[in-house]
Amino acid sequence: MKIIELKQDIFRENEVTADGVRKELSDANTLMINVMSSPGSGKTTTLVRTINMLKDKYKIGVMECDIDASVDAETVQKAGAYAIQLHTGGMCHMDAAMTKQGLMELDCKDADLIFIENVGNLVCPAEFDTGAHLNITILSVPEGDDKPAKYPLVYEVSDVVLINKIDAISVFDFDTDKCIERIKACNPKSEVFLLSSKTGEGFEGWISWLEGKLGGR
Amino acid sequence: MHELGVVFYVIKDVKEVALQNNINKVNSVTLDIGEVSGVIHEQLIDCWDWAKKREPVLEEAVLKINTIKAVTFCEDCKKEYETVAHGKICPYCGSENTYLLEGNEFSIKEIEVPDEDN
Repeated sequence: MKIIELKQDIFRENEVTADGVRKELSDANTLMINVMSSPGSGKTTTLVRTINMLKDKYKIGVMECDIDASVDAETVQKAGAYAIQLHTGGMCHMDAAMTKQGLMELDCKDADLIFIENVGNLVCPAEFDTGAHLNITILSVPEGDDKPAKYPLVYEVSDVVLINKIDAISVFDFDTDKCIERIKACNPKSEVFLLSSKTGEGFEGWISWLEGKLGGR
Repeated sequence: MHELGVVFYVIKDVKEVALQNNINKVNSVTLDIGEVSGVIHEQLIDCWDWAKKREPVLEEAVLKINTIKAVTFCEDCKKEYETVAHGKICPYCGSENTYLLEGNEFSIKEIEVPDEDN
């Protein structure tokens, strides 16, 4: 028997692909944002409202990633974005190779902004670099203020946390200050916005932050 | 949760190495997996045993796992401690100002191939 040493990092290939995707998008002056959350936190509704507020000024593309079905892509397309639905075929997350393929299919070369709506899952998407410039996590009030304590990694890698469904806060035992404190414990630099995708409350802050990131285009 | 996806990455890499070295049969593949990499060994092996049957070169390959202990470093008292036992908080000084030194690895260490192929 002969042994061949490899010492090959499994995630290295993904990181190399992700860096390549990021560079290509930067060269094209496109900002790509990876959106993560648990299922049912309001990713699609948040994206639809965001698109509606920005679509007159920017060209926006969305890659909807789900294990199956295409309802989300149809919804965001109606809102006025270029959208494609990617089926991960049972996989629990997106990786950079899937992003790369999705970008080719999206056919939105001169986009200013591209959103990846990752699979609804707080564990695996956080571990795989998609090639996006920024990571966002949406945490909805009914999920509880202790989510960052239970799933720290996704909050560690997130540049922004949107606390969604604040219109329902009176019904739930949700301690906003404690929640923000827990988010900051995972990543002191993360930006937190409180909003409601249903009513539009709190969107000004989030949109102006986003436009700041889109600035100069 | 993403064990199957990870198995596909391993298979892709091992197939490439086999091709480069003119190997047509692999006996075993050894992975270095950190204690806190979040991978569940039993599920990984189940996924491997299912996926390898689709690849002639790997059909009989056994997956071996070499566990790497997780160690965290405390920036305040400059001591190292076992991550799994104590988590993010330093057991010596109680600081949360700590970071993982090792233990989230996931890499292919080596593969074993029969002599006659070379």
